[in-house]
Amino acid sequence: MRADGEMRASGEMRASGARMLRRQAVNALALGLASLATLAGLIALVWILATILINGAAALGPHLFTRATPPPGSEGGLLNALLGSVMMTALAVLLGAPIGILAGTHLAESGGRRWIAAAVRFVNDILLSAPSIVTGLFVYEIIVQPSGHFSGIAGAVAMAMVLLPVVVRTTDETLRLVPVSLREAALALGAPLWRMVLFVLYPAARAGMLTGLLLGIARISGETAPLLFTALNNQYLSFDLARPMANMPVVIFQFALSPYPAWQSLAWAGALLMTLFVLLLSLGARFMLRPRQG
Amino acid sequence: MSGMAISRAEIPVRRVGPWGDRLFRLLLAGAAILVLALLGGAALAIFWGALPAFRHFGPAFLTGSAWDPVRQEFGALVPIYGTLVTSAVAMATAVPISFGIALFLTEVAPAWLRAPIGAAIELLAGIPSIIYGMWGLFVFAPFMADHVEPALTALLGPLPVLGVLFDGPPLGIGMLTAGLILSIMVVPFISSVMRDVFLLVPLTLREAAVGLGATRWELVWRVVLPHTKSAVMGGIFLGLGRALGETMAVTFVLGNAHEFSPSLLMPSTSIAAAIANEFTEADSDLYRSSLIALGFLLFAITFVVLALAKLLLARLTAGETRR
Repeated sequence: MRADGEMRASGEMRASGARMLRRQAVNALALGLASLATLAGLIALVWILATILINGAAALGPHLFTRATPPPGSEGGLLNALLGSVMMTALAVLLGAPIGILAGTHLAESGGRRWIAAAVRFVNDILLSAPSIVTGLFVYEIIVQPSGHFSGIAGAVAMAMVLLPVVVRTTDETLRLVPVSLREAALALGAPLWRMVLFVLYPAARAGMLTGLLLGIARISGETAPLLFTALNNQYLSFDLARPMANMPVVIFQFALSPYPAWQSLAWAGALLMTLFVLLLSLGARFMLRPRQG
Repeated sequence: MSGMAISRAEIPVRRVGPWGDRLFRLLLAGAAILVLALLGGAALAIFWGALPAFRHFGPAFLTGSAWDPVRQEFGALVPIYGTLVTSAVAMATAVPISFGIALFLTEVAPAWLRAPIGAAIELLAGIPSIIYGMWGLFVFAPFMADHVEPALTALLGPLPVLGVLFDGPPLGIGMLTAGLILSIMVVPFISSVMRDVFLLVPLTLREAAVGLGATRWELVWRVVLPHTKSAVMGGIFLGLGRALGETMAVTFVLGNAHEFSPSLLMPSTSIAAAIANEFTEADSDLYRSSLIALGFLLFAITFVVLALAKLLLARLTAGETRR
């Protein structure tokens, strides 16, 4: 009798042992695949960055910053594209940042209860991920078509539209992190709302808001689609924002797809400059945000 | 995560403010309403621009597969098909990989490794899409043509139904390559949402599962994932919204061919790529209007997908705060 019971017990133990083994094998397999997936992501990152670095470094040189984009088949630089991008980005920030900060302030300060704030937050989050090529179409219809020609201003407006939701979102989020007691203290001292916001909230939320702006600038510096049919391109050096304007993304696009080696090498150099700028800007923004989060 | 309700003081709204405050409030509200107006205005303006094409072709615009600037015949079927297929390929690869990365970052990696690897994966989201395009065209497409596509054709080509998808010359450029590049681009978005919501799961739930003897995998598959499934779906829809509207990377590697073909290895076009390639060359009003009509379709599709994403993500956040 006893021996029979022992045998049954050991049989169950063996069965549960096999089950345990299977569960652990599944576990090991899943975690192994997860590690492989992460490795694949990291390989993609290194592969892309190495491609840009190797091809771009071979094409670097001072001529990039001193000469304008060349006609087909001859040598030149990227001066007009760099200047155009800097000018349009500056104008886009001047247009988009103040509106974005004001709208974000409204969202953070209206208590989040009114339906309009909820609607704006919803729409803003959609604008944040909306296809930027549609932004280009919109700006084409409201600026390029009525004015009859492509222009740097149209490009800057399209960039501002891409920047705006980033600034709204980060302003909203950082302002909501400012302690309530600070607001109450300022208002209790008799400060009007605008003084409270300008001289208490904004200084307290400065780092977060600046981070948002930097991330936004990083985002628009790489955007190509909204510029294709707003700013278009310009082969010559031009400071006239009312005319078509050269810019890095469109020049890279056109030169990369061209059959001329000199143009392709300029495209790689431009790609390296753009990637470095964008990644350093977003890493810098991250670095600024960290102490606040910790 | 966004939307975390943080308690804040109600600004006394009824206070009889000085004129400065009234002006200030007006300014704030005006800016907020401008954000709303931009989306509404964009939808209206694009619809207005698309109207001539919609009027001229009627509902046949959606089902027509012709795209002939010479005969002025335009149908959206091929670009819509290309957009959907490339996005489907992208999601089919990006979702499991993103889940794997989130699993690695929350369960496998030692604590000191989590932040740097998470940051590296998120760096993928910072790389401009035109850079993906150049890498795709000059490096990844030749790699696909030389190594991956011949193997796929040999391996899967003879299969009865699936074979059609992998039949054809290994060109490198085509829907498969475009979809894979899209998947690299959306992985950081999906995986960071998954990681963030996995970390939101209450510690008591985790401890209960581990206390009952669950392995790491069982913990994630049976407890964490069911608990966060709506937000995980939200993250997936967010990635899908990005994939559908992504322009430059796809433009480089899709080949801009307005031809319908069942094989994933063949070139095609997508809505965004067709607009990017052809808009400045459109020489007639109907041609331009047809491209804007494509843009309107894209706008409508991505709006629905992104709105769904937002609602699914909001549901978890609401559930979390209630708990």
